[in-house]
Amino acid sequence: MELSRLEKVSPFEWRIAPHGEMRVPAVLYGDEQLIRDMDDKVYEQVTNVATLPGIVTASYAMPDAHWGYGFPIGGVAAFDPEAGGVVSAGGVGFDISCGVRTMVTGLKREDVEPVKEELADTLFAAIPAGLGSTGEISLSDAEMTAMLAGGARWAVDRGFGAPADLDRIEESGCMPGAMPDCVSDRARQRQRREMGTLGSGNHYLEIQEIVRIHDGDAARAFGLAVGELVVGIHCGSRGLGHQIGTEFLRDMAIEDARLGLKLPDRELACSPIDSDLGRRYLGAMRAAINCAFANRQIIGHLVRQALCAVLPRTEATLLFDVSHNTCKVEEHTINGKARQLFVHRKGATRAFGPGHASLPGALRPIGQPVFVGGSMGTASWILAGTATSERRAFSSACHGAGRRMSRHQARKNWRGDDVVRDLAHRGTLIRSPSMRGVAEEAPAAYKDVTAVIEATHEAGLARKIAELRPLICIKG
Amino acid sequence: MSAQANGWSHFAHEADIGLAASGPSLGDVFERVATAMTGAITDPELVRTNEKVTVHCEAPDIELLLVEWLNALVFEMATRGMLFGRFEVRIDGCRLVGTAWGEKISRERHHPAVEVKGATYTGLSVHRRGGSWVARCVVDV
Repeated sequence: MELSRLEKVSPFEWRIAPHGEMRVPAVLYGDEQLIRDMDDKVYEQVTNVATLPGIVTASYAMPDAHWGYGFPIGGVAAFDPEAGGVVSAGGVGFDISCGVRTMVTGLKREDVEPVKEELADTLFAAIPAGLGSTGEISLSDAEMTAMLAGGARWAVDRGFGAPADLDRIEESGCMPGAMPDCVSDRARQRQRREMGTLGSGNHYLEIQEIVRIHDGDAARAFGLAVGELVVGIHCGSRGLGHQIGTEFLRDMAIEDARLGLKLPDRELACSPIDSDLGRRYLGAMRAAINCAFANRQIIGHLVRQALCAVLPRTEATLLFDVSHNTCKVEEHTINGKARQLFVHRKGATRAFGPGHASLPGALRPIGQPVFVGGSMGTASWILAGTATSERRAFSSACHGAGRRMSRHQARKNWRGDDVVRDLAHRGTLIRSPSMRGVAEEAPAAYKDVTAVIEATHEAGLARKIAELRPLICIKG
Repeated sequence: MSAQANGWSHFAHEADIGLAASGPSLGDVFERVATAMTGAITDPELVRTNEKVTVHCEAPDIELLLVEWLNALVFEMATRGMLFGRFEVRIDGCRLVGTAWGEKISRERHHPAVEVKGATYTGLSVHRRGGSWVARCVVDV
């Protein structure tokens, strides 16, 4: 991206003044190099979002922003229903409520090293991963409806995990306002065999070692210590969310054309929040959020069983579970006035600062944990929301490094078995059903997450707490 | 035969995969974009074509019809646990009858790299160029 097209507000904040059809400015976070490396498409997409009806304050791009569809990946935008605001199916994306769950194990690296291969094999056997894998759980229609209404609470009631887990999931594990009636038969059909499955692409399950602490007090409150191990689970609402995204994107695009709403990109298809289609999408999307909560709750339970099978009496406690593809109703203060806004985060993690009423007591003084995923060989990070998060970008932060190379190019550059061997030499065991998938997800196909984390920290979006290194990675 | 020689290819997209195809008729192009989608998952030539599935789609315009066609195949792949290697499409205005031949996914034989979540409208185009039809679509993986 050409820097001369942007106004430099600070070394980590860049602004695009409203022009053309833009209703608000666009604000991009990142250092000079990150911004320069962003594709021109990010400029186009972040300014396109700024043209949508009812958008408030600005259209934001996080430091890991990259070319998406409609919204950039790493895009954040809030809409006011009282100002004709919209909800956009494309602004949430297909993988509704994709997110990361992190569990603290109390294990040390030396506990796992002697059984590392066995643990990797046990986890790979226990957690269905990759295209063509199916879960053990098959839901009847009535159970599917209960799951869509209950989320992780439904999963706990069915014996997956413990009630104490719920406190450590956003929305306490159950998204209010879900409308299972708005979820089509086809979406339900896609989910029938997919509960408790990881999926493929960049989704993963990792055993990670804490290698560096950047904020001792916060790390202690989160239960993190150097040399100890955590579990990271990255996945979403599976086929059900994909089908809901597909169907509402089509319905919104057709309705927009009928109403004569001119959009710069059809993928920005949206509906007024205060409309029948908008309400039905929100109801179905919230049901998909519950599906993602239930899915990660089941996988968390399977991981606990696998850990105990290899390392008896291991107690994995949930640190937090937070999504990075959602539209949530949140109260934010704009010019001194509290307003209920519909905040879209597409590839951006919610990052509530210290004192936020929705956080459980033990986390409230610190701020909400934010998880930034790595890419097999590279570091993952635990951050926390800060006092400045809200005014920077409606309490939002980055979610990953972002690709620097297409899958096609990655496949030309590397062979999956070479990647697996190389990572094993460096201490990371990979288990995956697809060597082609591993080649496409090779660590060097992703940008360096360190620069993204530094920019996120320096911009005041979230602050650094701990850096993690993968020891075992189960890849779909 | 290379993918290009068969009239389909992939174009680079930062997060996802771009599908492109050209051909003498609209039906050919829809068939080739579908092959490109299978090519995002596995080598289409590895897929045995012994099971047949028929889908019906309609949409307000030809570009949305392409997305409907691809999403119908995504649904069939997901719910039947299948991959498809051969396609036949008949288009009448903005309606389509498509047949796909394939088999159940074999992780050992197909090494499926990704799961296609859905077809997007970003950069979507279906148009005539010279004497042929060309189409582009980005799929989310």
